[in-house]
Amino acid sequence: MNLLWLQSGGCGGCTLSLLGAEAPGLFETLGGAGIRVLWHPSLSEASGGEVLDLLARVETGEVALDLLCIEGALLRGPNGTGAFHRFAGTRTPMIDWVRRLAARAHYCLAIGTCAAFGGVTAGGSNPTDACGLQFEGTYRGGLLGTDYRSGAGLPVINVAGCPTHPDWVTETLMAIALEGLTTQDLDAYARPRMYADQLVHHGCPRNEFYEYKASARTPSDLGCLMEHLGCLGTQAHADCNTRLWNGSGSCTRGGYACINCTSPEFEEPGHAFAETPSLAGIPIGLPTDMPKAWFVALSSLAKAATPERLRKNAVSDHVAVPPTIRPTKLR
Amino acid sequence: MSTLTLGPFNRVEGDLEVQLEVTDGRVRKARVNSPLYRGFEQILQGKDPRDTLVITPRICGICSVSQSVAAAYALADAAGVAMPPNGELATNLILACENLADHLTHFYLFFMPDFARPVYADRPWYADTEMRFRALSGSAAGVVLPARAHFMHLMGLLAGKWPHSLSLQPGGTAKPVQAQERIRLLAILGAFRRFLERETFGDPLETLVALDSASALDAWAARDPGRGDLRRFLQIADDLGLARLGRATDRFMSYSAYPSGGDRLFRTGLWADTGPQPLDIASIAEDPSHSWMVGGDPLHPADGVTIPDAEKANAYSWCKAPRLAGGVIEVGALARQLIDGHPLIRDLVSESGGNVRNRVIARLLELARVLMAMEDWVKAIAPGEPFCEQTAIPDEAIGVGLVEAARGSLGHWLTIRRGRVLNYQIIAPTTWNFSPRDAAGVPGALEQALVGAEVRPGETTPVAVQHIVRSFDPCMVCTVH
Ligand code: SF4
Ligand code: SF4
Repeated sequence: MNLLWLQSGGCGGCTLSLLGAEAPGLFETLGGAGIRVLWHPSLSEASGGEVLDLLARVETGEVALDLLCIEGALLRGPNGTGAFHRFAGTRTPMIDWVRRLAARAHYCLAIGTCAAFGGVTAGGSNPTDACGLQFEGTYRGGLLGTDYRSGAGLPVINVAGCPTHPDWVTETLMAIALEGLTTQDLDAYARPRMYADQLVHHGCPRNEFYEYKASARTPSDLGCLMEHLGCLGTQAHADCNTRLWNGSGSCTRGGYACINCTSPEFEEPGHAFAETPSLAGIPIGLPTDMPKAWFVALSSLAKAATPERLRKNAVSDHVAVPPTIRPTKLR
Repeated sequence: MSTLTLGPFNRVEGDLEVQLEVTDGRVRKARVNSPLYRGFEQILQGKDPRDTLVITPRICGICSVSQSVAAAYALADAAGVAMPPNGELATNLILACENLADHLTHFYLFFMPDFARPVYADRPWYADTEMRFRALSGSAAGVVLPARAHFMHLMGLLAGKWPHSLSLQPGGTAKPVQAQERIRLLAILGAFRRFLERETFGDPLETLVALDSASALDAWAARDPGRGDLRRFLQIADDLGLARLGRATDRFMSYSAYPSGGDRLFRTGLWADTGPQPLDIASIAEDPSHSWMVGGDPLHPADGVTIPDAEKANAYSWCKAPRLAGGVIEVGALARQLIDGHPLIRDLVSESGGNVRNRVIARLLELARVLMAMEDWVKAIAPGEPFCEQTAIPDEAIGVGLVEAARGSLGHWLTIRRGRVLNYQIIAPTTWNFSPRDAAGVPGALEQALVGAEVRPGETTPVAVQHIVRSFDPCMVCTVH
């Protein structure tokens, strides 16, 4: 299968993240799945005219475009001209290239939250009128429009994440190469359900603190980050705490809140990222699938029952109170 | 005279276009265009100052930690907070990991594949180079990617994830290192050291760091030709005369890097007129005359404005032209090692100035020097002691964050009013190196470095130009942000 990768209004971080794919590494994974990289801006030898020739042959259909990966938001500004990003070496706005190539693609993938929904590039005043390929924040449409379907009959596949995890990309590509993908495999935001049907909260090492609402107060504390430090792990669709990043990491393992980066409009949460907005001490954004009254009742109960060990460790930067050792017989 | 437009220019980070005027097979004039603008300085306006820690790393996926550190330093400066020793050490380790991974990626995946191009098929070193460095399929990629990924496990441990970590805070790091993690870090560094000593240098790091002159380097390379990729590069550099290629202004700057306990691993300074000079940050100004930006007179970044104007006459890039006391500056590993006074780099620059070969050597030297420092930093970490000082950001303040990213000096200038970001201005390393012309018509560092480069008959994307451009390890998304 032929893969073409283009970058527009993003930071290149999804590509850099992808280079960290492990066991097996990136090139081996792609090769093993029978995926041939036609061109990737960071990795390929071909430069300048050689690339433009290749793109021309893709446009005429002479070279098949099985997989089109777009990284970065699509910049429609200023005033709809697309002039904030003209593809280097051409006078043509990148949005025009993307429209033309997407029409040829058998599968079209948005790599990262920028390409999926607009992402941080669409934050603040959205100076460049950035959007995603088929979404603008939570709204359908985006650059290609609601009705766009790739050759395989699918909407744009949103491998969201800021950046996206290397495995989310390689596994999606491999799934397509091995078995194909159907709309059943995508969630309501067209994210691959393989990773988006999980929550970041699953497998978080702070789960025990969460149960007792033993909460971190400042960065570097060990407690749960939900109550005060902005963690959205209970609402964020991703498997970051069961799959892990860079060997053994995740946001909450790194000591900071999950900011729900796989989600549209994560870039504008309406409050400071590292702070939990609350009403009468109850966080406003409650865990997915949990009725508010239950949460309130359970957490006051839990707080009353918090063991001393967790109460102390939650606000310490190391294990201040280790678990008690009990002879096994007495358990 | 003929003109050439080069692009898309790949194996640089982000989108780059270069326009050349060519006469008699040589580049006479060059114009460098950064064709992508996203507007981070505008996006940041009105935000809670702490949100800069989330937003600024997203400027760049290859040096996101450098952006994080600059933002954290700017907030720390505004808040008047200092990091505890563990916080400094962990911040240094995270930044160093990113910088070294960048040097590695640059050398193996971005820079060397150009020598595997068929134009060099007649060179004696070609067969070996082609097998080793061919893009996507060379044997080097097969060992470098896993080594890089394993080295980045340090990021998993210390920063949660890379890119775009929120671990880096004004008061230190949010990830306290536990005793067992400290040991694991040593294991990660040890494995990376062995990789470098086996594949990149073919010798202990200490041997490389001890090289103190151009002749010592030559003797070292000659002792064991072909052992390690640095010697392979030196052979190519000799044969192609890369020391005569891509000379810019020979004015260099470094903000200094890696503070710990009141000292710094690399010194701060300016290098001009063949000697070290004190660096006056107040004399920095950004000139928008040839960029698609509103404004005329150069402004210091603390007072800078960034408002796009896509229709501006005479403009040809989204990049502004930063100047130090009015002068063009080159930044990067070569600048850092020169200003810090490493004898090998001082000698190489006194011989041949800033050029393609010397930039690459400085980068690889830094791989060795910084990795050795990282080993000391890990050993100095004291689990159980604090990693992060609590910080309250004042409602009215200004702050500056200066740091060295892999590709050079990065500065963030922050103004807070009524608890919100009033102004945030960024000057990235490649903004210096890939600057367009200023109001006086003086070209930026790369634009100068390209003049004189050879254009072989029939070449539409001259390979010499590609070596020069990539020798700066540019990052275009940072440049215009
Ligand atoms: S820190 Fe976040 S992900 Fe972890 S337990 Fe608390 S709420 Fe869940
Ligand atoms: S933990 Fe949350 S913010 Fe972090 S990468 Fe996963 S989804 Fe994104």
